[in-house]
Amino acid sequence: MFWNKELETIDRQSLEVLQLQRLKEIVHYALQTPFYKKRLTKAGITSPDSIKTLQDIKKIPYTTKDDLRECYPKGMLAVAPEQVVRLHTSSGTTGIPTVIYHTQEDINNWTDLVARSIYATGARKGDVFQNMMTYGMFTGGLGLHYGAERVGMMVIPASGGNTKRQLQLMKDFSTTVLHITPSYALHIHSKLEEFEVTLKDFSLKKAFLGAEPYSENTRKKIEELYGIEVYNSYGLSEMNGPGVAFECTCKTGMHIWEDSYMVEVIDPRTTQTISGEAEGEIVFTNLLRKATPLLRYRTRDLATVYSSPCPCGRTHRRLSRITGRSDDMLIIGGVNVFPSQIEEVIMKIPEVGTNYQIHVTKDGALDKLIVKVEIYSKMFTGDVRQLDSIKGKIKDQLRASIIINPVVELHEPGALPVFEGKAQRVVDLRPKM
Amino acid sequence: MAKQLNIFIENRPGRLKSITGILSEAGLNIHAFTIQDRGDFGLIKLIVDKPKEAYLALADRGFACALKDIVAISIDDRPGNLLKLTTLLYDHQINVIDAYGFVIEPSKRGICCLEVENLKNHPNIDQLIQQAGFTILEDEKLYEI
Repeated sequence: MFWNKELETIDRQSLEVLQLQRLKEIVHYALQTPFYKKRLTKAGITSPDSIKTLQDIKKIPYTTKDDLRECYPKGMLAVAPEQVVRLHTSSGTTGIPTVIYHTQEDINNWTDLVARSIYATGARKGDVFQNMMTYGMFTGGLGLHYGAERVGMMVIPASGGNTKRQLQLMKDFSTTVLHITPSYALHIHSKLEEFEVTLKDFSLKKAFLGAEPYSENTRKKIEELYGIEVYNSYGLSEMNGPGVAFECTCKTGMHIWEDSYMVEVIDPRTTQTISGEAEGEIVFTNLLRKATPLLRYRTRDLATVYSSPCPCGRTHRRLSRITGRSDDMLIIGGVNVFPSQIEEVIMKIPEVGTNYQIHVTKDGALDKLIVKVEIYSKMFTGDVRQLDSIKGKIKDQLRASIIINPVVELHEPGALPVFEGKAQRVVDLRPKM
Repeated sequence: MAKQLNIFIENRPGRLKSITGILSEAGLNIHAFTIQDRGDFGLIKLIVDKPKEAYLALADRGFACALKDIVAISIDDRPGNLLKLTTLLYDHQINVIDAYGFVIEPSKRGICCLEVENLKNHPNIDQLIQQAGFTILEDEKLYEI
């Protein structure tokens, strides 16, 4: 039933004692970094002892993605470099990436939380786990990989894409559990006939769905299409990756592992904390990660935290589905994209103007990104080859920057609507999943 | 060299009308046109009586357009004549990236317009063609057809 019964069913009072102890310890590590040393001192926190109660967390200023960018590459490293065993970076919106370092202990703790998450869905040793998330810097791939191994499942590190091979693996190795994005799950189902396989060829029981938002209806649809149980997964690379919150078999929201992550809900406009069950921006403090401590990190994800008891017996509060963002980040095919990343590429191409538009649509079940740019008259030579090469150049540079294959459309000067803000340039035509 | 006006357009209804409308308003005459399709966009290529004026009229209205040097050749409208021309181009390794032709007097005369790859690398192209017995149409002659 439980991976760690003591921690998963801990009463609130004991949980808060543990949280305070861990918060003090992580503040100690944070004070080792140039960034927090300055910021915490300014806020009157000069040692872990400045934190006397859990309420004192409110003295700590929020940390944002911009802070992480400014600290790149080493401003938030809290341990000696030789203690670091891994790093994950993500590309930034202004060309500056962010980095999260992990010690061996950090990786062990993260892996244990992922194992706890997987166990809560009823998956066990003996299950065959096909991990269809991208490996590499994207934490969804490696995070679930190590957690599944710790549970004792047989892991197939399939990574994303190549539907034909995915189906072959599912069939040949009798995969029982999938880790997949909802759109890819729908896409694969629509291709079964084409690849001459049926669900009878498979032994599927469960799927963990993450990396992009989807509705309860989409969960039900995928459960019905495949005849499996589907569980929602939540994580972000700044909080290690997956294993921050995960659904148990009750499927009434994702248990936030509060012994490791302190959660707050704030009003994104006033930045005041919201009490009770109201929607707001989710703020996390990673209580365990020593190599890169992150205190009160603003996720920009909008959601609600439920505190009603869960029939499973776990006492950790539950996170609702993510209902939106308090910034303009887009999730396209499971990849996080900021419009400014696209803008940055466009601005570097002299043959196109500065006005642009981003359309996100669906091509079957898969997301499709269309980038519309205007030809800059003064740079036009009259050659069709020049136009083809402009298109190719934008495509290649976007692929390198955001890891998505876009469709690039060339428009006449002045043909696209003119907008003030970045957000208005984005037209999301996808039906809500 | 003769000038051809190349205009970048989106591939949707109404764009040709818009361009011909602007030229008509400016009192300009179109002698020949062709369209190069590239999916979501295309190029309209025009031979007009006053290329520079046409260019300014369209550029003024925000169009991305450019005047391109082309080789315009007057050819007698008889079997085997085009072969003679293409053989000449082949013999001198001249690559054509776009071309169109039309007959202006049946059984007498046709005109062939060539866009040549790396035209600058073939400075004597006019001479070669003329030596082979063809007539090169310089600006005025082409625009007056």
